[in-house]
Amino acid sequence: MSDAFAIEAKGLTRRFGDLTAVDHVDLSIPHAQIYGFLGPNGCGKSTTIRMLCGLLMPSDGAATVLGLSIPREAEKLRSKIGYMTQRFSLYEDLTVEENLEFIGEVYSIARRRRHERVEELLELYRLRDRRQQFAGTMSGGQRQRLALAAATLHEPELLFLDEPTSAVDPQSRRDFWESLFALCDSGTTVLVSTHYMDEAERCHSLAILDRGALVAEGPPHKLTAEIAETVLEVQAADLRAARSALDGISAVESIAQLGSRLHALIDAELADPAETVKRTLAEAGVEARVEQVEAGLEDVFVSVTRQRGEESRS
Amino acid sequence: MISVSRATAVARKEIRQLLRDRLTFGMIIGIPLLQMTLFGYAINTDVRHLRAGVADLADTQLSRMLIADAEASQVIDVVERTHSAEELRALLRKGTIYVGVVIPRDFERRVQSGHRVAAQLMVDGSDPLVLQSARGLLDLPVPGRARRVPAAGAARTFELRAYYNPERRSEVQIIPGLIGVILTMTMVLFTAVAIVRERERGNLELLINTPVRTIELMMGKIVPYIAIGLIQVSLVLLVGSIVFRVPIRGSLVDIYLSAFAFILASLSFGLLLSTVARSQFQAAQMTIFFLLPSILLSGFMFPFDGMPRAAQIIAEVLPLTHFVRMIRGVVLRAATIEEVGSEILPLAIFFAFTLAIALVRFQKRLD
Ligand SMILES: Nc1ncnc2c1ncn2[C@@H]1O[C@H](COP(=O)(O)OP(=O)(O)OP(=O)(O)O)[C@@H](O)[C@H]1O
Ligand SMILES: [Mg+2]
Repeated sequence: MSDAFAIEAKGLTRRFGDLTAVDHVDLSIPHAQIYGFLGPNGCGKSTTIRMLCGLLMPSDGAATVLGLSIPREAEKLRSKIGYMTQRFSLYEDLTVEENLEFIGEVYSIARRRRHERVEELLELYRLRDRRQQFAGTMSGGQRQRLALAAATLHEPELLFLDEPTSAVDPQSRRDFWESLFALCDSGTTVLVSTHYMDEAERCHSLAILDRGALVAEGPPHKLTAEIAETVLEVQAADLRAARSALDGISAVESIAQLGSRLHALIDAELADPAETVKRTLAEAGVEARVEQVEAGLEDVFVSVTRQRGEESRS
Repeated sequence: MISVSRATAVARKEIRQLLRDRLTFGMIIGIPLLQMTLFGYAINTDVRHLRAGVADLADTQLSRMLIADAEASQVIDVVERTHSAEELRALLRKGTIYVGVVIPRDFERRVQSGHRVAAQLMVDGSDPLVLQSARGLLDLPVPGRARRVPAAGAARTFELRAYYNPERRSEVQIIPGLIGVILTMTMVLFTAVAIVRERERGNLELLINTPVRTIELMMGKIVPYIAIGLIQVSLVLLVGSIVFRVPIRGSLVDIYLSAFAFILASLSFGLLLSTVARSQFQAAQMTIFFLLPSILLSGFMFPFDGMPRAAQIIAEVLPLTHFVRMIRGVVLRAATIEEVGSEILPLAIFFAFTLAIALVRFQKRLD
């Protein structure tokens, strides 16, 4: 494995007893990119990140992170990576400033530089007014800014962010992502896990994980362009009736209601899907407008996780 | 390479948290005070009105005066009268009385001779406070005898026979040993929860991802508590000597040296528990599990010599056993650290051994 990628993993696997939390995941993550892990609860995002940090032993497979082989050389990696844990892991009974100073000290940053960095980060993440506030008394968004400040204090080359915006309002989320792009521009590689589609869409590239396996990978636009299914939107007065009519078509893989519309994923095998759907609805006596639309990431997500579900059932 | 500054960072953080944690902070002061108050009752040498039985075999005016004097001292209340020492022994065994006064048939002659003890005190020695109080009667003046300061060679009024406790425990043996009990409780508990707490609160996942080394982390966790342990030692010594009038016969330096060795052994054991326990609750449970045999087997409560061999072997492993021997020697018998220094080696071995296991057990990993 070379240094061409910030992270390379081959067959990375982690089992907890009978459960395979991460199942033969291969990754090649380039430098200075924002790379996303998208997947539902329990799909193995945190476990994969922990293995890549050297915090969990892989049951199988190997990974190279920043040219260091994991977990053997994990200690050498420590000062080069930053890790923002899913659960807030700074000290709640220390103040914002004390937390950052402590982190600076354990990363052995010289005193003057450390003070400078702390000031920079307090400014950057709008925590200056809260420097004397106990971390435990801060709001979710403030904590997340503090955690990001702590994870980037030692200017790591590679940053792992495990669901960094799960407790954050949309505006703060936008701000947060702005700062991620700024870090990325300065050469930092960012690996971020999420289960928000809008966040996934912002990544340069992303991996969709499902039940431990990597089921799709690539830049978001490529993933949506290459979706195997046709996406139809159905508008009708009686959505309930429309829905039950659609349920009768075997090629319809999934239906989701979006306000006053139905969003349906149709198997690509079905010739002329819009016509078929229209006809079926008309036969059922449902008056409806059917329109083919571009697939979104959510459609990709449903499509790939569904395929795997069928495979594992058969 | 070990970084002192990283260890210092951990220690400073630990102290900060400690100062803000009112409960723990309260325990540092509260546990010694509470324990001393509880045990203080037991070491109160001023216990009075012990139930007593009398076998007055002489039954003369003089013997009756002696008994009256003994009662007047308020140390004993005569509740039983028997006709033989044998009956008194039976009462003693049943626990009906704590003290038996046997006045022999030839009491008058003994008194006149002046160099034979005049009578006998049978004491339930299983209770140190009873034994101590009964000692107060040993030199009770016999009404007929000249009231002079007993000269060398002059016989005492009573001969003391302690039953059920041949060791005849010394006066204030509890307080010095209590230092050890308090330190075991607090030192082990504080470090036992130290790492578990970080794990429970989620801090550990962040901490182990930093370059801080296991040994630095452990040192940072131990150092603040050494200071706290020494503060507790001072507190117990101070209150012990002022309130309970424990004589401090040995040198303070030797006392603190012994305490230092013991504190290290307790802290490293706490760290070991910390790597085993999954929650703070478990850590506390394990501490109690360790505390009980320490209190019971160390010689703090029951004499080492009286224990079965198996218990003695366990006791030799427990740090408190060695500390109790040292601290009693230094505080009460004015022994020097050289004289009791042989007890430091087992403590050092215990420290090195438990710390080594803790270091090996603590992986900078989550699994
Ligand atoms: N220490 C562990 N012991 C046993 N099972 C575990 C352990 N850690 C994780 N798991 C299991 O492994 C699976 C993957 O967990 P993981 O935390 O990686 O999921 P995730 O993708 O991060 O989920 P979420 O979005 O909820 O954070 C889950 O089923 C979880 O229950
Ligand atoms: Mg997770």
